[in-house]
Amino acid sequence: MSHWIILPVVLPAMLAPIIGFVMRYDIVLARIASTVGTALLLAISIVLLVMAMDGTTHIYRLGDWPAPFGIVLVLDRLSALMVLLTSLLAMMVLLHAMATGWDKRGRHFHALFQFQLMGICGAFLTGDIFNLFVFFEILLIASYGLMIHSGGRERMRAGLQYVVMNLAGSTLFLFALGTLYASTGTLNIADLAAKIPDIPADEAGLVRVAAMLLMIVFAVKAALFPVQFWLPATYANAPAPVAALFAIMTKVGAYAILRVHTVVFGPGVPGTDGMIDAWLFPAAIVTIALGAFGVLGAKRLMPLIGFSVVGSMGTLLVAVAAFSPVATTAALYYMVHSTFAAACLFLIADLVISRRNGDSLTPKAATVQNGLFAAIFFAAVIAMAGMPPLSGFLGKLLVLDALRDPDVIVWAWTAILAGSLLTIVGFARAGSVLFWKSTAIESSVLEVEAVAQPDVATPAQVTPVMLALSALVVLSVFAGPVAGYLEQTSEQLFDRAGYISAVLAPGEEG
Amino acid sequence: MEFLVASAIGAMTAGGVYLLLRLRTFPVILGLALLSYAVNVFLFSSGRLAIDMSPILSKYGEASYTDPLPQALVLTAIVISFGMTAVLVMISLGAYLEADSDEIDIDQADLDEDAAK
Repeated sequence: MSHWIILPVVLPAMLAPIIGFVMRYDIVLARIASTVGTALLLAISIVLLVMAMDGTTHIYRLGDWPAPFGIVLVLDRLSALMVLLTSLLAMMVLLHAMATGWDKRGRHFHALFQFQLMGICGAFLTGDIFNLFVFFEILLIASYGLMIHSGGRERMRAGLQYVVMNLAGSTLFLFALGTLYASTGTLNIADLAAKIPDIPADEAGLVRVAAMLLMIVFAVKAALFPVQFWLPATYANAPAPVAALFAIMTKVGAYAILRVHTVVFGPGVPGTDGMIDAWLFPAAIVTIALGAFGVLGAKRLMPLIGFSVVGSMGTLLVAVAAFSPVATTAALYYMVHSTFAAACLFLIADLVISRRNGDSLTPKAATVQNGLFAAIFFAAVIAMAGMPPLSGFLGKLLVLDALRDPDVIVWAWTAILAGSLLTIVGFARAGSVLFWKSTAIESSVLEVEAVAQPDVATPAQVTPVMLALSALVVLSVFAGPVAGYLEQTSEQLFDRAGYISAVLAPGEEG
Repeated sequence: MEFLVASAIGAMTAGGVYLLLRLRTFPVILGLALLSYAVNVFLFSSGRLAIDMSPILSKYGEASYTDPLPQALVLTAIVISFGMTAVLVMISLGAYLEADSDEIDIDQADLDEDAAK
């Protein structure tokens, strides 16, 4: 039993209180500790990925209690991939927050940031569904703090909505867990996966209720219609680096749907067969449409990007709803891609907005480095909208290719293709207002605006955006090997018997 | 006893949902508190209701026992929901002091006004 598996949880959990209590007044020290911690997390997640690469499912028994009685952490290809994705994104966001000074605008940014990482990594690693609830609460309570970081009237009110929404979601989660425990007597994911297929379809009413409740809870996290309405307001009013970090939070919801609804209530289980995808698919289609129209109609830049995230979650969940290994491979590729694309957009938007004095989409005089920002924004939009040559195109192509079943092809292809078109139009409008019309204004009112020219973006401020962009480039260039790994990942995910026997195996080592 | 517990959970949930749909923060906080009480009782009863049984196995004789796991779960849930309610109260207090109003929805007119500035 390797202790590496618990390190992504323990390291931030140890670091966060130290930063919070000891380095509270010393921003330099807190920055150093937070950067070192995130770099270590990155190293650990690479080790975990190498460990998971050979295809064995690694188990960590907390307190060495055997599986259905104690809590287990499970490391397979999927969780290793998600932890690596989290730590890469965290590094970019942290560098951006430090370079732009966001972390100085309120206390405890770094402590909350580490708690957030602890919750996200724990949610990806746990093999117990009640433990998943606990890690959800950890990541949520840290996200409440980050969401209202640096305060302000609109941010506090949007934060309040976000908190209320998620508290209601947590209550539903507990109802679902109670129902599940009452009907099966266990909360271990592998044990549930072993017991639920034995329940005959006409006695599985409570299990179906629990499956749908869990679905709603995860849909709240993943911003799926009809519970997506919190996302644009939250992302638009959160500090931009936090919004970029939240790009992984919606993926936690998608991951939980993948894990729980594939392994526990997956295809072939008599009690819930066909029920999940029958609801998930139309909801995801509507989500794509909502995201696309939102992008088209947004009057400010941050909600616009928020709606594009909603649209990308719709595309992702359309692929998840197929619950087949091929479609899951496509969904995973699109998940990695859309995380970096959304982060890249939020980070570049922050650089632009902080120099434009507000994020309304109205022509204003061009700011410094208009060309550079326009180029980065253009590249990020190409990725987000799914145009070649960046990975968004490949991701959407994989998703379309996976959804060739005659029952779904009309809806899925129409929604994804039309949604992409609307997203492109919406972003093109935003980009031309932000970057082209502003150059037209500048020539007429040059002397007025010349008085207060904002600061030039330093290399340190541009680097994180460039890192996110280069992650997208790497993802497109090495699409073959990445897709190969993801194919094995979805095979492992659908190998339910392998998962059950690995987790429930009697403990033979110390 | 089953009827009593079930109707208590139902009443608390109904009241909680009703209060949650109010526009002001104070009823919403009370609604969430009620909902969390309801879910705690619900979790507690998910291990079957039993009277006069200890949640541990006895090695002296055949004394039956009640399921200890829901009790542990409910303890965790109580701690978390209590902490969350405290956070919610602080955030809504902050929002009230910032915005001079305790309405929970974001007024679209306000946002447009801000965007126009």
